[in-house]
Amino acid sequence: MTNQSVKDDAGALGSASAAPSLRARRRAGAWRRTRRLFVRVAELMAVLFLVSLGTFALLSLIDTDPAVTILGEGHTQADYEAVREDLGLNDPLLERYADWLGSAAHGDLGASIVPPYHDVLDRIMAALPVSVELALLGVGMALLFSIPLAMWSAYHAGGRIDRWISAGTFSVLSVPSFLAGLLLIWLLSNGLGWFPRAEWSRLDEGLGANLYHAFLPALTIALAETALLTRVLRSDLITTLQEDYILAARAKGMGTVHIMFSDALRPSSFSAVTILGISLGRLIGSTVIVEYLFALPGMGTLVVGAARTGDYVTVQGAVLVIALIYVATNALIDLSYGYLDPRVRRSHA
Amino acid sequence: MGRPLLVVENLSAVITTGRGPLTAVDGVSLSLDRGEVLGIVGESGSGKSVLARTIMGLHCSDPRFALSGTVKLDGRDVLGLEPSQLRAMWGPEVGMVFQDPMTALNPVKRVGTHLVEAVRKHQQVTRRDAVGQALDLLDMVGIPDPRRRINQFPHQLSGGMRQRVVIAMALANRPKLLIADEPTTALDVTVQRQILDLLDRLRGELGMAVIMISHDLGVVAGRTDRVAVMYGGEIVETADARSLFDAPRHPYASALLAAIPSLKGAPHQRLAAIDGTPPDLVMPPSGCRFAARCDAVHDDCRVQPPQLIFDGTHGTACHYPVNPLISTASNTSGDT
Repeated sequence: MTNQSVKDDAGALGSASAAPSLRARRRAGAWRRTRRLFVRVAELMAVLFLVSLGTFALLSLIDTDPAVTILGEGHTQADYEAVREDLGLNDPLLERYADWLGSAAHGDLGASIVPPYHDVLDRIMAALPVSVELALLGVGMALLFSIPLAMWSAYHAGGRIDRWISAGTFSVLSVPSFLAGLLLIWLLSNGLGWFPRAEWSRLDEGLGANLYHAFLPALTIALAETALLTRVLRSDLITTLQEDYILAARAKGMGTVHIMFSDALRPSSFSAVTILGISLGRLIGSTVIVEYLFALPGMGTLVVGAARTGDYVTVQGAVLVIALIYVATNALIDLSYGYLDPRVRRSHA
Repeated sequence: MGRPLLVVENLSAVITTGRGPLTAVDGVSLSLDRGEVLGIVGESGSGKSVLARTIMGLHCSDPRFALSGTVKLDGRDVLGLEPSQLRAMWGPEVGMVFQDPMTALNPVKRVGTHLVEAVRKHQQVTRRDAVGQALDLLDMVGIPDPRRRINQFPHQLSGGMRQRVVIAMALANRPKLLIADEPTTALDVTVQRQILDLLDRLRGELGMAVIMISHDLGVVAGRTDRVAVMYGGEIVETADARSLFDAPRHPYASALLAAIPSLKGAPHQRLAAIDGTPPDLVMPPSGCRFAARCDAVHDDCRVQPPQLIFDGTHGTACHYPVNPLISTASNTSGDT
């Protein structure tokens, strides 16, 4: 096997003298992969640490006092002091952070410090599926819309359809999501009565009901994402369609649809995939407006509600999970580059 | 020999550009027999590539191109075909080899996919059979160890190997006409010769006609039956290869020949270059397009565009040819 490869290397002009042996290259490849994995994990740790520290510091600046939330109106100063002492709010900031970090490292995100004192991890696990589903559905719909739109637009670049699509994506991008959501509710829910509003049906209550309730909020999210993806994908497709290999594919008789999907799409999708990753991470953590509009029990609602009552433990936990998802999503995106372009893969064949 | 495989008559291609209509190909006529090799030579911007692609019909559905004239390939009017008819023709009737093998293969597709999809597009065969054909094709173009290469990506192959794959792709459905558009320009000098030899061998084996496009007369020399020299979108001289190389008549063809470095010349001699730049095809000059760069220019050259006038099979578009045949010298200059 080794001999064979070396012989072939010698056969390939130009690389004969420089090519190291197969075994050496394979060893170098394995070492490189191990090192990259280490760097990845270290990066993840650093991100999570900085995010949690930053959140902690920011929360201490908000003058919402959880003790006041717990006691309500008409409490004595002594009660107040006792509650604060009990919650550990009088301890120095760094000490509180270290406490929290210590338990978080063991997977214990603590309990909410305001009534009804739910376990933070439980609350996150209840809210996360809603947000993840919304984000995935929204981005999925956006892909479904944007790929054909971008292809159509790029194939007829400069033509009338292209100009209409461009105008459409621009106008959608300039509409804030709360307005788009309101319009959709007004049109599809109030007007035509096709979809419910301000209700949520959990996935375990049946897929049909769940999708039925998720459709409008997901569509609201999908609108802006579609516009963004269409624009980016269109411009990359136009560049790709100029390539010789597209002409070569035409010159051997391949049809337009085949060329678009099989030859042009993959090399054109780098920017779109990058945006997709960022969007996915962002949507899971912060679709507050859409969640508020449709009264959905997602992560955005959870974090904003907790911040308003000064429940820093819940906010901390939620932010940590969101950051984790963000980093994980982008690691997946990085991996996908290897699929999109084989030249990115470390070749050791 | 019967009916020629390819007949091009008075073909023009006008491209819409930001500066106005650009006449990239201007009234070109040529014909090609089955199994014949035609070289088209000219510097960059002379319209060779546009001519080749127009002959293939690749510009037919492009709204920026206004085409006129006729192209008959095997009796069919290429410029009048529907897009689906054109696609059915690309592959089994005519194939194309491109200049740069680095860009002519899709970087995200394996070598085998390039070939298999071409085979299956035009032949009703199973995947397994198509893969078998792909292996045969790789073997035919001289790629060692096809079983390994077929699963590799283009970037894992050297430039010469890639060009062999591009050739295999163009030949997948055994076209009657192969158009090779500067097939060696992007390759190392040592590889250039191998690729040209390969094309020669395959032409013999498959009996196809070849149009070999190059800016380099040296590439065309000795490998073509006929040569057409293009300048400014027009054919300025066409002849069988031997008489063109031995006695070029157009001053441009003669200057091109003089620009080929020769081992016979004295060492350290400056190469003969042609001064100036090709004409602007948005606003072409009124007379002969080569007049501004011609050593032997006369006053009437700048006014009166010369026609391509044939003496037997040797056609020249020049009022004052360099190597006029005695019989036609007076005839040609008196005519126009």
